[in-house]
Amino acid sequence: MARIGVYVCHCGTNIAGTVDVAAVRDFAAALPGVVVARDYQYMCSDPGQDLIRKDIAEMGLDRVVVASCSPRMHEPTFRRALESAGLNGYLLEMANIREHVSWVTTDVAAATRKAKALVAGAVRRVVLHEPLQERYADVTPQALVVGGGIAGIEAALKIADAGFRVHLVEKEPSIGGQMAKLDKTFPTLDCSACILTPKMVAVAQHPNIVLHTYSEVERVEGFVGNFRVTIRHKARFVDMQKCTGCGTCWSKCPYTAPNEFDEGLGKRKLIYIPFPQAVPNKPVIDRDRCVKLQSGKCGACQKLCPTGAIDFNQQDELVEENVGAIVVATGYSLFDPSRGPWGYGRYPNVLTALQFERMVNASGPTGGHVQLQDGSTPRAVAILHCIGSRDTNYHEYCSNVCCMYSLKLAHLVKEKTGAEVYNFYIDIRAFGKAYEEFYNRVQSEGVYFIRGKGAEVGSRDGRLLVRCEDTLLGKYREIPVDMVILSPAMEPRPDAARVSQVFGIQRSADGFFLEAHAKLEPLKTATDGVFIAGACQGPKDIPYSVAQGAGAAAEVLRLLSAGRVTISPVVAQVAEEVCSGCRACLPICPYRALTYDEGMKVVRVNEALCKGCGTCAAACPSGALSVSHFRTPQVLAQIEEVLAV
Amino acid sequence: MTGEEFEPKILGFFCNWCSYAGADLAGVSRLKYPANLRIVRVMCSGRVEPTMVLKAFACGADGVLVAGCHPGDCHYQQGNYKTLRRVPLLERALAQFGIHPARFRLAWISASEGQKLAQVVSEMVEQVRALGPLPLPRSRFAELGGGEVTTPGGEAVSPVSAGLPGGGALRQGEEPVTGGASRG
Repeated sequence: MARIGVYVCHCGTNIAGTVDVAAVRDFAAALPGVVVARDYQYMCSDPGQDLIRKDIAEMGLDRVVVASCSPRMHEPTFRRALESAGLNGYLLEMANIREHVSWVTTDVAAATRKAKALVAGAVRRVVLHEPLQERYADVTPQALVVGGGIAGIEAALKIADAGFRVHLVEKEPSIGGQMAKLDKTFPTLDCSACILTPKMVAVAQHPNIVLHTYSEVERVEGFVGNFRVTIRHKARFVDMQKCTGCGTCWSKCPYTAPNEFDEGLGKRKLIYIPFPQAVPNKPVIDRDRCVKLQSGKCGACQKLCPTGAIDFNQQDELVEENVGAIVVATGYSLFDPSRGPWGYGRYPNVLTALQFERMVNASGPTGGHVQLQDGSTPRAVAILHCIGSRDTNYHEYCSNVCCMYSLKLAHLVKEKTGAEVYNFYIDIRAFGKAYEEFYNRVQSEGVYFIRGKGAEVGSRDGRLLVRCEDTLLGKYREIPVDMVILSPAMEPRPDAARVSQVFGIQRSADGFFLEAHAKLEPLKTATDGVFIAGACQGPKDIPYSVAQGAGAAAEVLRLLSAGRVTISPVVAQVAEEVCSGCRACLPICPYRALTYDEGMKVVRVNEALCKGCGTCAAACPSGALSVSHFRTPQVLAQIEEVLAV
Repeated sequence: MTGEEFEPKILGFFCNWCSYAGADLAGVSRLKYPANLRIVRVMCSGRVEPTMVLKAFACGADGVLVAGCHPGDCHYQQGNYKTLRRVPLLERALAQFGIHPARFRLAWISASEGQKLAQVVSEMVEQVRALGPLPLPRSRFAELGGGEVTTPGGEAVSPVSAGLPGGGALRQGEEPVTGGASRG
């Protein structure tokens, strides 16, 4: 007969406020096999854990049930408590009476009954638990960082500085990300390129960083400490070894296309570097537009290249790398404002904030001149906040950074043109260090602030007209301006769904990547060894992204420097005497962990590959396959008992 | 007061990574939903054997909810696709037991969909409450309902092949199923 201890947690009033914990305790005490049942204020506290340890020692408990919060929260805590008292950690079962009961129920009687049912299920299940031994695996001492924006750059540099090799994968021809496009940064007005490009160069020169630009991760296999990733090197049609970056090719290419880096404002050649400080500073051929690649004519770059670096026969290349940990820092996209009534795409002098960043930048399409389509200088400029953010038609969330960069743009317009500047805002959210001070400074520079969202942009007498409800005046207003700058929402990248599937990351309701815990595990994901950093998790400014990049590096280094990882002992097992060798399970396993032994005519499990999902066990027609800790009798016993109350 | 209202018991099989986490989120967000749901955690919805669902009905569940990650989001790559393929077979078997289709539901609930969980549970509780208690002839489920069940798989669905009288509820155009519903 099992000797079970049951511990019911009050969690302050979190549980005890809705569940009659004394009644649950008394109910548990009467269940078969239960030797002791106690309730306590905070089971996870040291005195709470001591209760368990003491009872194990003094009463000879061999099974423990803790009725408290979600096992996703404190199962490791209580497993350790059991182990420190000499009991195997898997002889524990938790009943989730907080997240699944007290927090979601108002009626005390109903909550108490449900809590009793869950405790009964746990007590019945724990009797059938077996002691399990955790396994260990060596860690490949290399890391993968996906995304060469500021968060990814920071993560890669930190890991590389600690002495581990890093593969940094960037989809675009150059690293730098969105930050490379910015002119100044709030609130200090640092030149963005001046603070970013030294880091980009440090990446390029770092002996521990292998840079994979113009590349994408196609596949990730394996598990924490032992990932095998397949990276596609897209053909640049330029031999990176031979190319010296002299620039002859892009100066001689006779064709142009809209420049993506300048947000479509300027033109670039069909063989190009995205921007002057690009890393690597070597060109790429636009395969969709290049006349030679499309129709076989031209080839001017090839004829003129002094080192013979142009290779029109280059193919995409698939490279495999083994890494121990992964940082995903794939960033964000901007909301497309042509979806709304703000005149974007209709009036040429309506720009996005990022387009304006390029315009005001000295290396941008106008050489830093703030000008209208006709080349003249605007006399009045409107900046519309919250375009697509804080708007239930598009995104409910606040994009965090738009208030601050809108203030920065207002300052730049004022400084460069002296024009009247109108900020149309809902609220000003100046939440960071020295942000409110910057807001005050911009106000004192004579920028107008109108509290009311820019509802619509139209035109009258050849000028643009911003319509809004001024909520301070309580009046409808129309403000004529020459230029409108829209501050669009930060959105998940269009390929976020695909990327999340490649790396096994979940997404939150807004489409951004989901962290393992909103407060305490902001960088971890549902997949062990895969971390997230920067704006792929949600809208962020530069300091926050840098901090997350460094934090993700710390998570990676924790794994790499430990040298080995613990692997769950929850794996499939085959009862060979029952297995009929039908092989129904083989195609079901996504990890190819099952193999058929031709000699013995049975299926075998490779425990190193098995992740314990149990899909094979559910499919086995003879019941030969089972999964430790989720064995059929264990689950059935729990079902029977939770329904009995 | 109209006397005590029937409170159905809904058994939930929730995958650890999405749906169980979604249920945790519902808790953390203090969303309220009926206390009729009892959740059994499995690592993947693909772990749910049809036997387990039958066991739940045999043990007094008035409804069973299987919840997993959205297609494409499975923590184990494809486990939920196996669930998706098994469920129609299971539904046919349930129909032959005379179990109303509304008593069994498969739902995709992600770790961020606490709201959806609360909504699915509320809906299901109302539907099952309207149907009333599940009137199963208990004696036929002796081998499922009582004592230890140590041999999963084949015999669990033997009442199906034996042809349950009064099973009815076969949907139009469907053939009666004979054989195990546990094959993926």
